[in-house]
Amino acid sequence: MSSNKKYWKSVEELKDSSIVETLKQNEFVNEIPTDEFLGNKETLEGSSTTRRDFLKYVGFSTAAASLAACEGPVIKSIPYVVQPDSIIPGVANYYATSIADGFDFASVLVKTREGRPIKIENNNLAATDGGANARVNASVLGLYDSLRVQSPMKGESAISWSTLTSETTQKLNALKGSGKQIVLLTQTFASPSTSKLISEFKEKYGNVNHVIYDAVSESAALDAFQAKYNERGLADYDFSLAATIVGFGADFLGDWQGGGFDSGYSQGRVPTNGKMSRHIQFESNMSLAGANADKRVPLTPTQQKLALAKLHSLIVGGAFSGSLSPAIEKAVQDAASELRKAGSAGVVVTGIQDVNAQTVVLEINEALSSKAFNPKKPIRTRQGNDKAVTALVADMKAGRVGAIIMSGVNPLYTLPNASEFAEGLKNTDLSITFSMKVDETASATQYVAAAPHYLESWGDVEFKKGHYGLIQPTIRPLFDTKQFQEALLLWIGSDVKYSDYVKNVWNTSVLGGASFNQALHDGSFISKSSGDLIEDTTEVSEDEMVSPSGNAARALAASATSKGMELTLYTKVGMGDGQQANNPWLQEFPDPITRTSWDNYLTVSAADAKALELINEHEATGALNGSYADITVNGKTITVPVIIQPGQAKGSVGLALGYGKKAGLKEEMQTGVNAYALYNGFNNIQNVTVKKAAGLHEFACVQLQNTLMGRGDIVKETTLEIFNTKDKSHWNPVPMVSLNHEETPVTSPDVDLWDEFDRSIGHHFNLSIDLNACTGCGACVIACHAENNVPVVGKEEIRRSRDMHWLRIDRYYSSEESFEADDAKKEGFSGLFGDNGSLGGFGELEVAADNPQVAFQPVMCQHCNHAPCETVCPVAATSHGRQGQNHMAYNRCVGTRYCANNCPYKVRRFNWFLYAGNDEFDYHMNDDLGRMVLNPDVTVRSRGVMEKCSMCIQKTQKTILDAKRDGRVIKDGEFQTACSAACGSGAMVFGDINDKESKVAKLLKDDRMYHLLESVGTKPNVQYHTKVRNTKG
Amino acid sequence: MKKSYQSLEVNSINNMKQVIHRKLGFNILHFCLIFLLAFSTSLSAQNGDAVAGKALFNANCASCHKLNKKMTGPALANVETRLAEDEGLDREWLYTWIKNSAGMVKSGDAYAVKIFEEYNGTAMTAFPQLTNVEIDNILAYTAAAPPAPPAPTPGEGGTANPQNDTNSNGLILGALALLFAILAGALFLVNRTLRNFAEAKGIEVPAKEKSKPLWKAFVDNQFLVLVTAILFLLASGYFVYGYFMQVGVNQGYEPVQEIHYSHRIHAGDNGIDCKYCHSSARVSKTSGIPSLNVCMNCHKSIYEVAPETQSEGMAEYGVDYNAEIKKLYKAVGWDDAEQKYTGETSPVKWTRIHNLPDFAYFNHSQHVSVAGVACQTCHGPVEEMEVMYQYAPLTMGWCINCHRETNVNVKDNNYYTKIHEELSKKYGVEKLTAAQMGGLECGKCHY
Repeated sequence: MSSNKKYWKSVEELKDSSIVETLKQNEFVNEIPTDEFLGNKETLEGSSTTRRDFLKYVGFSTAAASLAACEGPVIKSIPYVVQPDSIIPGVANYYATSIADGFDFASVLVKTREGRPIKIENNNLAATDGGANARVNASVLGLYDSLRVQSPMKGESAISWSTLTSETTQKLNALKGSGKQIVLLTQTFASPSTSKLISEFKEKYGNVNHVIYDAVSESAALDAFQAKYNERGLADYDFSLAATIVGFGADFLGDWQGGGFDSGYSQGRVPTNGKMSRHIQFESNMSLAGANADKRVPLTPTQQKLALAKLHSLIVGGAFSGSLSPAIEKAVQDAASELRKAGSAGVVVTGIQDVNAQTVVLEINEALSSKAFNPKKPIRTRQGNDKAVTALVADMKAGRVGAIIMSGVNPLYTLPNASEFAEGLKNTDLSITFSMKVDETASATQYVAAAPHYLESWGDVEFKKGHYGLIQPTIRPLFDTKQFQEALLLWIGSDVKYSDYVKNVWNTSVLGGASFNQALHDGSFISKSSGDLIEDTTEVSEDEMVSPSGNAARALAASATSKGMELTLYTKVGMGDGQQANNPWLQEFPDPITRTSWDNYLTVSAADAKALELINEHEATGALNGSYADITVNGKTITVPVIIQPGQAKGSVGLALGYGKKAGLKEEMQTGVNAYALYNGFNNIQNVTVKKAAGLHEFACVQLQNTLMGRGDIVKETTLEIFNTKDKSHWNPVPMVSLNHEETPVTSPDVDLWDEFDRSIGHHFNLSIDLNACTGCGACVIACHAENNVPVVGKEEIRRSRDMHWLRIDRYYSSEESFEADDAKKEGFSGLFGDNGSLGGFGELEVAADNPQVAFQPVMCQHCNHAPCETVCPVAATSHGRQGQNHMAYNRCVGTRYCANNCPYKVRRFNWFLYAGNDEFDYHMNDDLGRMVLNPDVTVRSRGVMEKCSMCIQKTQKTILDAKRDGRVIKDGEFQTACSAACGSGAMVFGDINDKESKVAKLLKDDRMYHLLESVGTKPNVQYHTKVRNTKG
Repeated sequence: MKKSYQSLEVNSINNMKQVIHRKLGFNILHFCLIFLLAFSTSLSAQNGDAVAGKALFNANCASCHKLNKKMTGPALANVETRLAEDEGLDREWLYTWIKNSAGMVKSGDAYAVKIFEEYNGTAMTAFPQLTNVEIDNILAYTAAAPPAPPAPTPGEGGTANPQNDTNSNGLILGALALLFAILAGALFLVNRTLRNFAEAKGIEVPAKEKSKPLWKAFVDNQFLVLVTAILFLLASGYFVYGYFMQVGVNQGYEPVQEIHYSHRIHAGDNGIDCKYCHSSARVSKTSGIPSLNVCMNCHKSIYEVAPETQSEGMAEYGVDYNAEIKKLYKAVGWDDAEQKYTGETSPVKWTRIHNLPDFAYFNHSQHVSVAGVACQTCHGPVEEMEVMYQYAPLTMGWCINCHRETNVNVKDNNYYTKIHEELSKKYGVEKLTAAQMGGLECGKCHY
């Protein structure tokens, strides 16, 4: 049957476009450029080498090369000439020190191998609060940054330290009597020794003005605190003592007021004796604190202010002038009644950068006489003063500043009015920056004083009143660097070393007779005396601070007027204030909330996105793309990509600070947009107009599926009420499977595919993860990265779902109001079509709610006792150990990837490329310096092999060997994995379940314990503990 | 851990010293004999007994003094004449000095103070127990002219024997060859005679029938060809497999090192414990190439080897041991003449012999400290190796074999008490092998 049908190959053909005709005639668009590589035709013809000869040579040289490759390489080993006593090659040394980079302050333990620091761990000896967060864990890589300044510089050229000090001392002396200011613009050091040193510097030069500048300001909270308590600091909070926590835009599980509150919070969140804390959060952006809250009320910043004022009137008393919508009013009243009921176990916090809001909170907590609120031991780690910084810029422009010496700050990047500062910099006679990078500021100052990394420095910190930490070097300076304090000592003409200076200050004013060496060993010291040991020089005079209004609550309510959209600037757990922007671990660290790496973005609510026609969509590969939007603040417009964020308050948008840095960064790390440009008046809340812009942005998002689709057995959860009243079988049932059409529990051996192996002898490791205690902070992700030499793959590869993280923290949103409602909805499906049809229903379940419940679930290799991956490996590269670990022999793996396909948890990672020493992946593993961070106990994997979490077998092996060598039994707590050791909230517990007295063995018997996808019957060695929410009504 | 480690070190050093002294003493005794023969006439001129003096010298002085070389203290050859001529000091001064040098320094004696300061304020040990006669004897010994260094005679004795050996071998072989030639000739003659007889008797020797050549018969037999081909393929397969399996296996690897270090002398002749130098094998995964300061613990005073050792080295290995010690001094920056460190070091680039690939985890301390495996088990007879070489193949099969055969050393180790009791019950054995303990699991060595 002949047909007249004509088949079109493309639309173009139908249109009879000329291009189709051209292509038809010319199949190869470009001719193969043979002439180009053959070169000169005449010489080619004149050549005596025939084609046959040529092939002979090629063949011979290939054969020769491959034969030569059979020869082993000659490896040279160079031992020490004089080996230091403390170093034994192959054995790690640990040193206690502290990080104090102006944004992160923590007591840490540094693991060094052969003299190289390779990992940051929590310092359990330090009783000061705050474990090492993701950034602190990653900070070790900053030491080996190939873009560090290697010697002091004058302009573009390197000079010596003696030149720098002699030239600058001369200039400083000349300025002494000139009437012009000498300004020290520094980060918050919170260092008793530095304070003393600066006062000595002031004495010597007279007209010295020390301005402390925090890139992300807490000045309003400091001012409010100082006005109330006559001391500059931030109130300390211990959330473990709180029964009811109410937050107003305070991400206290993130970086709010210096962070470090999560361990206390988590303690209160684990239900013990039927009780756990209740957390209500009012906020605009979806933050970590909001995600963990039992009740989250999305409010724009203006509404938050009104709500806070209302709460104040309800708790403290006084009139409330303002109007709130009935729903919000009810939420506030509920919160107030719960707070009143909790009495002194209630606490209120806020992150609104407004001195009145901060005052209101202090008043509420005073009125509650909250136990969790402690103004007597104020936190010292934020001391910046906005007013002083603003005044400084004006002074500089007016030419009143003769010299400016900066340390730990980068105002040309972090100031909204950076251009004014740059202008002012030109008017100063002498400008010096202490910096590790030639960053924006350093490249604009006359002298760059190469600063050491904190792991190469001496120093001290006062975390909070009476809680001290010492900073000691863990490696000899890699480059020709000097720290700010050493230079100060040179400028005041002292020949004391800074280490001795610190020791002297501690012996005379901190230790009160205690041993310095002990304090140095512990890394921290808690003073028993209550008074100020050192004269506090950080207090600012009345006129230098913003004073709260007499009636703060009324002023707060009055200030709450909004015009259109409101922008809340925040810091991400990964990037913080942006000083570690050149750190590939942090760039690739997926944000706990959006699960997006390598970017910052505007978070918009779904409703606003719809109105503004902003979209998020997935490409065929699954990669996420999003619209661009132009956002305008105060006349300044920047273009940012958009992510639609469930839970974002309607009428508000969010944008992270710390991105968009350009100077002193590798090209790959120059990600995102600089939100500091919008940080007017150091206020994190700005009025903004948002407009759609052309184009789509390519995101590197690691989680494509945002909801659980009603599969409540993945993240099991229940409410406190049910948990307290019902039996375990109700809220944590063992999954049933069918055996001969009879319901049989999956734990029964009858339904098992495999024969059971007796694991009761020796060690049997289990990792327990408590979903109640996990805040999703991600410190474990970076700790795992550092311990296990996990490669960084870059944005493009992440978009192809080729991220290599051995440990991921899945974040799920509920589609209905709660996960419970999701489960109910799914159970209610009947048939394919119709209102309750599963076809439409599952589609709906894919969309997250406007204000969803959030669940975090860390997932790593589950080390199944009956592992599906092991049975499918054709070369037996993955096998099971009797200690419970699922082993992975890289040298045996041939890369079939069957195991990854058969893994129900999707935790196996394939090395698509050789990531070490490959110019295509120009991250730390591509240069000699960056490779110094690698853990010598873990193989660096090559291309074509599968890898995954090993349950830190190198660490368990070491613990066992140490015990064998000492001939002793291992105590509970000795076994640790990188993640469990890094977990500050106690959510992860690792140990031996054959030791019946161990914590993890007891957790295995806990009612809340369940295994991930238990119905599959894999019998994992990772336990999860059902999340209990303290929801009401 | 640390403490016991230090004390072990001290013990080893003591052992070392004794060994050295014995050797030195022996050497000097040797020289002394030559002296006695050569200078027996001049001896009578000396005031004292040089032979007794020598014994005293070795017992009391030799740890700090040499006759011709500055050590901890000055060189003592002709010390009396030197002092008398240069400083105008008599024997009385020497008596006092030797019996109580510190007292002399204290009293402010000019030359005593000078000497004291020249040697970095190290006071000489006082010898109040020495009588004046004994001191006379020592001085007599120091006054005896130092022996001429033994003429370099390597080779003479050493090479003579081998030459003799080869000569005699040749002789025997030649005799044998001659014998065989005679036999062959005899056979030929017998054969010819028999033929002659046969011819004479008229017997006809049957001519050989021309048969098919062997190769043709072989080619015609297809079955044989097939079998041979299969055998040939199997054989070549075997050898190819063998070739590929030894790629990357460096058994017998014996690289030339920057400094010729003889394990034979140190571990063998001197009996130094392996872990004295490779101390980290006790606690670490690596055994560690000793840092040069460890060498200097002994080589500060051992600046040259005994002449026999030296000549043996030259003869058998072509190595000048003394020159090698000089190389050490250069690397560590030790000025032998001034007896102090110059600070100019040039670290030694050793060629690594035992290389495990990165993906294989091996821990020395597990084997050395916990299991108590002798170093020689894996490293071979190191105490006999003049040049260190790789003794074991270091292949996985080799590791595993040992794990299968070796029992776990659980003696006095509380860690093993429970697990060993339970596991041995489970497997029904009295002693568990490393394999039964889990030593064959992939993840124990590969991660």
